[in-house]
Amino acid sequence: MATEVTFPRDETTRAEAATHEWLSRTWATPQGLIGWLSEVDHKIVGRRSLITAVAFFALGGLLALTMRVQLAKPDNNLIGPDLYNQLFSMHGSTMMFLFAVPVMQALGVYLVPLMVGTRAIAFPRLNAFAFWVYLFGGVMLYVAFALNIGPDTGWFSYVPLSGPQYSSGKRVDFWAQMITFTELSSLAIAVSTICTIFKQRAPGMSLQKMPLFVWALLVTNFMVCFAMPAVMIASTYLLLDRSIATQFFNPAEGGDPLLWQHLFWFFGHPEVYIIFIPGLGIVSAITATFSGRPVVAYPLMVLSLLATGFLAFGLWVHHMFATGLPRLGDSFYTAASAMIALPSGIQIFCWIATMWEGRIRFTTPMLFVIGFVVVFVLGGLTGVMLASVPMDLQVHDTYFVVAHFHYVLIGGAVFPLLGGFYYWFPKMTGRLLSERLGKWNFWLFFIGFNVTFFPMHILGLEGMPRRVYTYSAQLGWGSMNLLATTGAFVLAIGVLLFLVNVARSLRSGQRAAANPWGASGLEWATDSPPPNYNFAHIPVAETSEPLWDHPHELPVAHGLRLDRRELLLTSVGEASPDLREPSADPSIWPFLAALAATFLFILSIFTPWGLYIGAVPVAITLIGWFWPRPGESIEREG
Amino acid sequence: MTPFEHSVLDVAGVQNAYIHTMWTVLLGICALMYVLVLGFLLWALLRARRTPDPVRPAESTGVESALYAWIGLVIVGLFGITITSYAVDRAIFAAGQKSGLALEVTSQQWWWDIKYQNDDPSQSFHTANEIHLPVNVPVTISLRSPDVIHSFWVPNLHGKQDLIPGRDTDIHLRPTRTGVFRGQCAEFCGAQHANMAVYVFVESQQDFDRWRAGQLQAATAPTGSTAAQGRDSFMTSACPLCHTIRGTDAAGVTGPDLTHVASRASLAAGALDYNRGNLAAWIADPQGIKPGNHMPTVGLSPQDLQSIAAYLDGLK
Amino acid sequence: MCSRYLRISLVGPLWIVTLLALGGCQREKRQFQSSPVTESGPMQVRTTDLQAGQTTPLQPDARRALYENNAYNLSEGKRLYQWFNCVGCHAHGGGDSGPPLIDSAWRYGGEIEQIYATIQQGRPNGMPAFGGKIPEQQIWQIAGYVRSISGNLSRSASPGRNDEMQTSPPEQLMEKQPPVTSSPAATEGTQK
Repeated sequence: MATEVTFPRDETTRAEAATHEWLSRTWATPQGLIGWLSEVDHKIVGRRSLITAVAFFALGGLLALTMRVQLAKPDNNLIGPDLYNQLFSMHGSTMMFLFAVPVMQALGVYLVPLMVGTRAIAFPRLNAFAFWVYLFGGVMLYVAFALNIGPDTGWFSYVPLSGPQYSSGKRVDFWAQMITFTELSSLAIAVSTICTIFKQRAPGMSLQKMPLFVWALLVTNFMVCFAMPAVMIASTYLLLDRSIATQFFNPAEGGDPLLWQHLFWFFGHPEVYIIFIPGLGIVSAITATFSGRPVVAYPLMVLSLLATGFLAFGLWVHHMFATGLPRLGDSFYTAASAMIALPSGIQIFCWIATMWEGRIRFTTPMLFVIGFVVVFVLGGLTGVMLASVPMDLQVHDTYFVVAHFHYVLIGGAVFPLLGGFYYWFPKMTGRLLSERLGKWNFWLFFIGFNVTFFPMHILGLEGMPRRVYTYSAQLGWGSMNLLATTGAFVLAIGVLLFLVNVARSLRSGQRAAANPWGASGLEWATDSPPPNYNFAHIPVAETSEPLWDHPHELPVAHGLRLDRRELLLTSVGEASPDLREPSADPSIWPFLAALAATFLFILSIFTPWGLYIGAVPVAITLIGWFWPRPGESIEREG
Repeated sequence: MTPFEHSVLDVAGVQNAYIHTMWTVLLGICALMYVLVLGFLLWALLRARRTPDPVRPAESTGVESALYAWIGLVIVGLFGITITSYAVDRAIFAAGQKSGLALEVTSQQWWWDIKYQNDDPSQSFHTANEIHLPVNVPVTISLRSPDVIHSFWVPNLHGKQDLIPGRDTDIHLRPTRTGVFRGQCAEFCGAQHANMAVYVFVESQQDFDRWRAGQLQAATAPTGSTAAQGRDSFMTSACPLCHTIRGTDAAGVTGPDLTHVASRASLAAGALDYNRGNLAAWIADPQGIKPGNHMPTVGLSPQDLQSIAAYLDGLK
Repeated sequence: MCSRYLRISLVGPLWIVTLLALGGCQREKRQFQSSPVTESGPMQVRTTDLQAGQTTPLQPDARRALYENNAYNLSEGKRLYQWFNCVGCHAHGGGDSGPPLIDSAWRYGGEIEQIYATIQQGRPNGMPAFGGKIPEQQIWQIAGYVRSISGNLSRSASPGRNDEMQTSPPEQLMEKQPPVTSSPAATEGTQK
């Protein structure tokens, strides 16, 4: 059902061709190594981030496979306790900090400007800086791991175990500094994305007509702004305790180990919703397209996203039910943790209702959405079980929780993400992924996932705690563990098939038209892959399904400069045209500033003077970045 | 090792009985909701294939009322779960208010120091990694940790309670049937978190009293020359710097109390079943069995190793 | 799409990481096992710089790097310093009935081999002999830790603060006090 989208013609096709040529030159990708490092195009930066995140996903998966091999049989001595502790710490940190949040933000970086109909993301250089900082932080963590300085106290690093007395050396410090890198990167991307969504939408795309994916990214990035500072504070306190003997977490001098837990989980709970909510946006996009109709009850869907985002900040104590906090207070968090099931439940109903009302095409993205419903809802229900304090006191810190969060995270984020890759890959690369391999990918992933993680519910109820490198044969946990390990390998083959599919399609996949799926969003109104300037003319969104309501001719806005990089800013509510705004040219300074920041962060692991010494290159690069250039004006009336 | 139980669903205590009720309610409600969601999904997938044209944005009237019904059902379910959870929590709290036996458990990296508390100091004693309780008697265990966060968890009896440095917490138990119940530390506490088990022997009041009387006694004097030689070797090598054997000069407090080590079911917090061979192996190579734990490899000659093992094996 | 820079940026780090992994990092190594025989320390260690004729330098032991540059061993030494009640006479380095360990004055030598010998052999006027009581690897760990109390070891390897009431700055923040051996009479009595 691919519709041909044609742009309105000017008087002559020669004028149209000239427009494209001017725009290509103005928005050209710079050449050479310096050019490669200076790239600020959101699509290229987003693509690099996606590739980096998928690489970390694969690494994290390999770590998990190693752990599963060790646990496959009781009293196994393949991996000793020290290495095992590093493995699960690296696995958790990789998946949570280096894969799940960056990949969702990267998808937003790539797609949101296209979906809202603008030429570039807001603050393109800040966005590029965010990518480099993320890359350097992730690489630093893995280099540390290779040098035996990888973290070994878990992805959550509770004090006092991770404090100066019980964790010697620099392992925890590298972990804590990795947090600084990744949270800086996330915050920067959040700022860019929020400003893009608020101020750069196509004329006419009022908030009520915005795609649900864009709403999801808006909520997610606001959550990032409020949640990330808490973990940055926590990790900074930990670094200070370990390097200059502050007493934040020392109960003998007025500190408290629970302070760490509160700060960390105040971030940690919204973190999982930061990972999950973009998945909801992806599911909305895919469900609408492959049911042939918009998602049912749009206002309720938006309200559910907002409610989930708000409520997520009121749940964190459910990670601390066993710590001995007053029980009445715990009960409030039981109520809140149960309450957050409501908006998600509403959304599930609306998606299924959309399918019920529509005409379904069972493409690979749609299969992943169906898989999402089956897997995520099970995980959400075990989450409601965990919300109850008495129940949680039994299964907290057991494999029941491991099963729960893998069901909600893989079900709620990775399934939609894979579906999203199959869905948007043609747009990003101009080639379709193989449907046949896609179906094999889906079924192996789905079956492997369930065989791996369902038995873990049983293991938790049989008393198996988390983070144990081995267990005795007398406990009878061997058969379930072996089953889980087998499933893990099936799951890994599924992931491998995905990578194979990507590699083959890049080389020889079927070419994709602008709108191969017959979808309705603005990102499908331009070529696959999009030209550097995204759209030759800024589209005007008169309805919430522009390509379905204007299948042949899309109204556009004229008037932006062709010889300079320029964007159209619109008002926040109704998206009426407001200003013309210059967009930053490619620049090497974000890369250099990221190098300077890396130097500062790594030096401060080893000496407190690192802060002062490292501030000098950071200041120099920031000055270079912000040095005003002649001829650059701020805004002009549009 | 005597057969033991280690599971959430096999109830052996009052508190866990309440939790089991909560589990049943949760399982029922959540299973029902899951079946409803999957049923709706299946219906949607099957129906959609037969519909010739998708319905235009004005949805069929059924969907809106179904949505409200669904919201109502979810609210009722969540409300029910929350109220039940609160009620169960209150019941567990009330069940813990009765006083009976008092214990103090101090968690260390990576073993449990158990003290049977009594206002009369001559009636209190320390043991390690093993708790005996009389059936149907309420127990209050004060929990403290001098090093990192641990978590005391005996699944058959109750949920878990963290031991947090700088905070005093407690847990109340009341076992309802006899048996051997295994527990394990449930908060990651470092290298040997995996090997930090505790065994709870629930027995009749007479058996408990007999056990307790035995534990209160000072260490048995060695019988036989090897054991006597072993005692002397023990006292002159590294052992007394960390271990206590009541009734002798060994008074170290950083390691487990060994006064009645041979009466226990396990060694090294569950890493080994107790028998003489394992005891000798543990003394000879603790780092090989539980790498990273705080018992060092002490260089003992083979004769010393044999005699010390013989001596300790007599400390029933 | 796969520019050559992309390929470099993927393959390059892989090589670096592999090479680094082969090297490892000595500071972070955790060696749990020790063999009692090979860990025996130097019994014949010179405890003073006062020598007739040409001074011969102290022979550094091969294990010096392992116990001075390894963060795990130093933190274990700190734990054992409390467990075996060194605190009882030396406090947290400030000294009490025993001499301070925080300064540069060492009656019987302040290098790790000399400290090992002092702990193992005991010394007149109150230092017990711990040889045969504390296992050898642990004496090395304590000796290394004692070196760090006077700020002589690398900041990255030295332990941080303990989770208890603070009595002195942690070892990683201590001012370096290089050991000056020989009794006060030798340094003070004859100097002009």
